[in-house]
Amino acid sequence: MAAESSEVSPLVLTSKELKSSANWAGRLLFEYVIRLVLLVCALVSIFTTVAIIVVLVEEALAFFREVGLASFFLDTQWTPVFVNKHYGIWPLVSGTMMTSVIALMVALPLGLMSAIYLSEYASPRMRSILKPILEILAGVPTVVYGYFALLFVTPILQKIIPNLAGFNAISPGVVMGIMILPLVASLSEDALHTVPHSIREAAYGLGATKMEVATQVVVPAALSGIAASFILAVSRAVGETMIVAVAAGQRPVLTFDPRGPIQTMTAYIVQISLGDTPVNSLEYRTLFAVGFMLFLITLVLNLISDAVVRRYREQY
Amino acid sequence: MDGSSMWQEVSRNLRWRRGKGYLFEALGLISILVGLFVLFLLFYDVMRDGLPRLIPCRGQAAFPFFQCDLSVTVKFLTSFPSRRPEEAGIASALVGSVYMIGVMMLFSFPIGIGAGIYLEEYAPKNRLTHLIQISLANLAGVPSIIYGLLGLQLFVRALYNITGGRSVLSGALTMALLVMPLIVIATREAIRAVPDEIRQASLALGATRWQTVWHHILPYAMPGILTGAILAVSRAIGETAPLITIGALTFVAFLPEGLRSPFTVLPIQIFNWVSRPQPEFAHAAAAGIVVLLVILLSMNATAIYLRNRFERRW
Repeated sequence: MAAESSEVSPLVLTSKELKSSANWAGRLLFEYVIRLVLLVCALVSIFTTVAIIVVLVEEALAFFREVGLASFFLDTQWTPVFVNKHYGIWPLVSGTMMTSVIALMVALPLGLMSAIYLSEYASPRMRSILKPILEILAGVPTVVYGYFALLFVTPILQKIIPNLAGFNAISPGVVMGIMILPLVASLSEDALHTVPHSIREAAYGLGATKMEVATQVVVPAALSGIAASFILAVSRAVGETMIVAVAAGQRPVLTFDPRGPIQTMTAYIVQISLGDTPVNSLEYRTLFAVGFMLFLITLVLNLISDAVVRRYREQY
Repeated sequence: MDGSSMWQEVSRNLRWRRGKGYLFEALGLISILVGLFVLFLLFYDVMRDGLPRLIPCRGQAAFPFFQCDLSVTVKFLTSFPSRRPEEAGIASALVGSVYMIGVMMLFSFPIGIGAGIYLEEYAPKNRLTHLIQISLANLAGVPSIIYGLLGLQLFVRALYNITGGRSVLSGALTMALLVMPLIVIATREAIRAVPDEIRQASLALGATRWQTVWHHILPYAMPGILTGAILAVSRAIGETAPLITIGALTFVAFLPEGLRSPFTVLPIQIFNWVSRPQPEFAHAAAAGIVVLLVILLSMNATAIYLRNRFERRW
């Protein structure tokens, strides 16, 4: 053994070994270049984040220089495309809130119950069938949901709810809720799934029924993950665009009546984008002011969701 | 209280608790079924409105394909949009979608997979890496329409000389940024699933980092990466809002001639038709939706097949 090892590490290099060490240097250079290229790929994400912030802030600042923060936050009318222009953001915020709240009223209870069923009750075989089908719901393009809300759900709801307009907040809200359901179900189920079996068995040992174990032991133990999924659902609802652009109408009014047409922040951006808005006009800049608000809201929600998971995660 | 009445009390109590439990289980099942039922309704509604426009059939449904007029289908797929709904087709939208997605893949796949490899195999634990991870997590939660605003300022306006404004290239670049986080996440998960022994064995035999990644890690991670990439592409195919924001057109009666040509895509064409009051346009929209859903479902099926066929358990 000793003789062999002295043979492979001689003090004087042969010509063959010199050549291979030159190869080695070339290879190291190649490795270095590859590493650099990969780093640049990863840096694209930072670039994108920075670019989003710069673009939104730059144009929003130009907007606020002309309009002023006071009228943006204190005015109650949003009429940038009319002759008599007002720039109060609240009608768009109230429209967004209404559709989002309706969506969450559908998505949160159904999503959580689905998650509990999948995690606690369904057999593995049933789970392997139900889950992928549920995920198809999340893969349907939102413009298709918009079609469904406008031409299928609204006519049905009009038979049930009196005075429901053709464009309203209820129908896109409900359909959006169904769209978000798989997100809530799948993230909450992941959270429920990580609760260890020993805890469940301890509760059974104390005489709890299956439902009592689920609601009083497993759900509380997974609460941070469930809460995070709820907050992500809110963020998704606020940022959803095509369903509301198709089915909620284009009338920014400060109201809490979901039966009439309203306009959300996202639908406003779509409306202006479809028209021929001259670049650098105030109207063009409203896009970015509204976009900036939207970005801030979703960013805060995403950060809270992240913090909840980090802060309250139970470690087993 | 004597023993037998106490026992009765307990068993009554238990019956009540169990009864509540069954109700609860039923509620859970109903919740899932509501989701599935709506999915069924959605498909039913779209097919009912769209199939007669896409593949009109005579007579009963017993032998549909023998009595169907496939020339209408071909005409719908190969005609340009029109003011007359019965003549309208999706040729420019279909070609625009395929063209834009193709260009998008050229950008998003190498960059997304490269970033994933860097984060899993190379990245040191430092501030920069942390920053990259925070950006990625944040980007995955940004509403898609915000990407549209970014694309509008960055690609349509600032890089006008390269992209030619509201063009295929601008759309593809915007969508590439949008789906990149998805591809990075899929790549990282696929690479993480490859056991460390393979990495160590390769390094121990004198392979360099990149040789290890290229010859040993990537081949094993490829099915997972591909699955994620297909899902990212299917997301991009259905995405509408950012492309409206960057100004893809809603009425295009020509095929895109190059990267700098104006364009439209299938979801925007559908949106345009849905927005019109005439029911004939709604039927054209439904027919377009059927085509879109067929494309998406077959892509998802491919992804699931790939995952099941090539997935390795270690």
